Amino acid sequence: MRALVPLPLVLPLVAAALTLVAHGRLRVQRAISLVALTATTAIAVALLALVERDGPAVVTIGGWARGIGIAYVADLLSALFLTVAMATVLCVLAFAVGQLRAVQESRYFHPLYLVLTAGVAGSFLSGDIFHLFVTFEVMLLASYVLLTQSGDDGQVRPAMTYVVVNLLSSTLFLTAVALLYGATGTLDMAALGDRVADLPPAVREALRLLFFLVFGIKAALFPLFFWLPDSYPTAPTSVTAVFAGLLTKVGVYAILRTQTVVFGVGDGSPDGFILVVAGATMLVGVLGAIAQDDVKRILSFHIVSQVGYMVFGIGLGTRAGLAATILFVVHHIPVKTALFLVGGLVEETTGSGALRRVGGLGRRMPAVAALFAPGALSLAGIPPFSGFFPKLALVQAGLAGGQYAIVAVSIVVSLFTLFSMTKIWAGVFWGDPEEPPPLARAREDGPLRPPRLMTAATVGLVAVTLGIAVSAGPLFDLALRAADPLLQAGAGR
Amino acid sequence: MTLALAVAVGVLYGTGTYLLLQRTLTRVVIGLAMMGHGANLLLLLAGGSPGLPPLIGDATRERGALADPLPQAMALTAIVITFGTVAFLLALAYRSWALTDDDEVEDDVEDRRIARAPVVPDVVIEQEEP
Repeated sequence: MRALVPLPLVLPLVAAALTLVAHGRLRVQRAISLVALTATTAIAVALLALVERDGPAVVTIGGWARGIGIAYVADLLSALFLTVAMATVLCVLAFAVGQLRAVQESRYFHPLYLVLTAGVAGSFLSGDIFHLFVTFEVMLLASYVLLTQSGDDGQVRPAMTYVVVNLLSSTLFLTAVALLYGATGTLDMAALGDRVADLPPAVREALRLLFFLVFGIKAALFPLFFWLPDSYPTAPTSVTAVFAGLLTKVGVYAILRTQTVVFGVGDGSPDGFILVVAGATMLVGVLGAIAQDDVKRILSFHIVSQVGYMVFGIGLGTRAGLAATILFVVHHIPVKTALFLVGGLVEETTGSGALRRVGGLGRRMPAVAALFAPGALSLAGIPPFSGFFPKLALVQAGLAGGQYAIVAVSIVVSLFTLFSMTKIWAGVFWGDPEEPPPLARAREDGPLRPPRLMTAATVGLVAVTLGIAVSAGPLFDLALRAADPLLQAGAGR
Repeated sequence: MTLALAVAVGVLYGTGTYLLLQRTLTRVVIGLAMMGHGANLLLLLAGGSPGLPPLIGDATRERGALADPLPQAMALTAIVITFGTVAFLLALAYRSWALTDDDEVEDDVEDRRIARAPVVPDVVIEQEEP
C-alpha cells in the first residue's frame, strides 16, 4: 500500500511527458490523459479506503531518514481531498475534450493540465514544508501557462496581475520557509509542531502570520483576493473551472495543515484574528458577486466568499469546526467546478456569459438549467443539497464555541448568495436577452444543444455533488476523524 | 551569520520591493528577481554559521562539524524555480509590450468600468406639478 502514496504525483507527471512526446497528435494525447487521470482517481480512492482502514501511510523518498528525505504522507485528510480533487479533474478533462473549439485544447493543453494535476496531488500528499513549496510552484507554473495560452490582449493583462501576485507570494513563502528552518532546523511537518512550541512566543507568532499571509494570498482571503476575480474569468472554461475548484482550495488545505499541526491553532480555543478575516472574506466576496453581471465573474467572486466559510471553521479551532471546514472543502470542490462548467455550456451555445446577452435558456436548454439548479442551491446552502450540511455543521460549531457574530455573518452571506444565484437564474434561464447573443444559432428560436460529452461531464460532476449530499452523515464522521490528527498536534502543548 | 550577508539580504529585499511597486513591467520583473535572490541567500544563511566544511562523503566524517547541506539543496531547487518563473514573466512582459506597444501597467479594467458607470441608474423622478 505504501507504494501507492507517491503515485498520484508521479503518474500525471509521466503522462505529461508522454503527451509532450505525442505533441501534435491530439487523439493520442487525449487517450494518455484520460487513462492517466482515470488511474490516478482510482489510486486516490484506493488510498482513501486503505488509509481509512489501516491508518496513515508515510513514504520517505529514497530511503532517507525522516526529516532529511522528503516525506509523502497520506492520512485521512489528504486522501479525502485527493479523491475529490482527482474525480473533479477527471470530469473537467472530459469536458475539455468535448469542447469543440481548437483554442481550448491546443497542443500544450494536455501536458500542462497533467502537470497542474500533479502539483495539486503533490501538495495534498506532501509532509514537508519545502516540498509543499515545490509542488505549489509546479501547480502555479502550469496555471500561469494555462491562463495565458491564447496570449491575446484580453488575457495577458489580467494574467500579468495573477503571475506577479503569485510570484510575490511564492517569494514570501520561500522567505517564511528559510526563517522557519533557521529557527527550528527542520521542515518536516510532524517534527515542526514540537519545535515551534519551544520557540519564543513573538517568533512563533511572526512565523504563523507570515505563513497565514502566504497561503492567504493563494487562497484569496480578504484583503488579498483582488487578483482572483480579475484573472479567472479570462481563461477558457475548462481551465477556469479547474482553477476555481482546486487552486484556492489547495491554499485552504495548506492553511488548515500549517496553522493546526505546526502552529497549534486547533487547541479548542477560537482564534479571533482568523475569524475576523473569515467574516470579511465572506462578506466582501458576496457583495462583489452581487455587483457583477457576467456568469463567470459572479461565480469567481463567490469563490472568495466561500473560502471565507472554510477559514471560519479553522478559526473556531475546535474538532467540530475543523471537521466542518473539511466537509465544506469536500462539497465545494465539485459544486464550484460544476457551476463553472454550466457557465461554460451557456457560453459554448450562445457565445457569451454576460447576463444582458443571454436569456430564456430555461426553455431552450432545460437540461442545462436542471444542471445549474442543484449547484446554485447547494452554494446558497438550501437543505436537500450538499452545501447545506457543511454550513449547518459550521453554524453548530460556531454556536457551540459561542461565536455568535460570525455565525450571524455567515447566515446573512448565505442569503446574499441565494440572491446572486437567482440573479444568474433570472438572467440566463428566464426572460429574454436584452442584446442579441454573439452566436448566430443562439439568435434563432428553438432548442439549443450543447456538445454531448460536455454535458455528460457536467452531469457526472453534478452526480458527485448529489452523492455528497446523500452521504453527508458518514462523510461528516469521516471528516471528524480526519480532523483528529490536527487536534492532537494542538493538544500536545 | 555574517553581517555582510545579512545586509545583502536586506538590500535585495528592499530594492526588490521598491522595484515591484513601479508601474513599468520590466522593473516589476527585475524586482521580483531580486527578491528571489534575497530569499535564496536567506535560505543559505538559515543553514548556520559559515566556514564549516561541506559534506563530501567520508572525508568530512573525521572533521566533526560540517555545513548543513539541506538549505544548500533547497537554495539550489529554489534558484531553478526562480529562474523558470522569471523567464516566463519576461516572456509575458515582452508579449504585453508587443500587444500594447507600452511597458506601463494600465489601470484595472474593472476600476475603469465602475468609474464610467452612472452613479444612479436611469431613474426618472416625476415631479408633481404645483
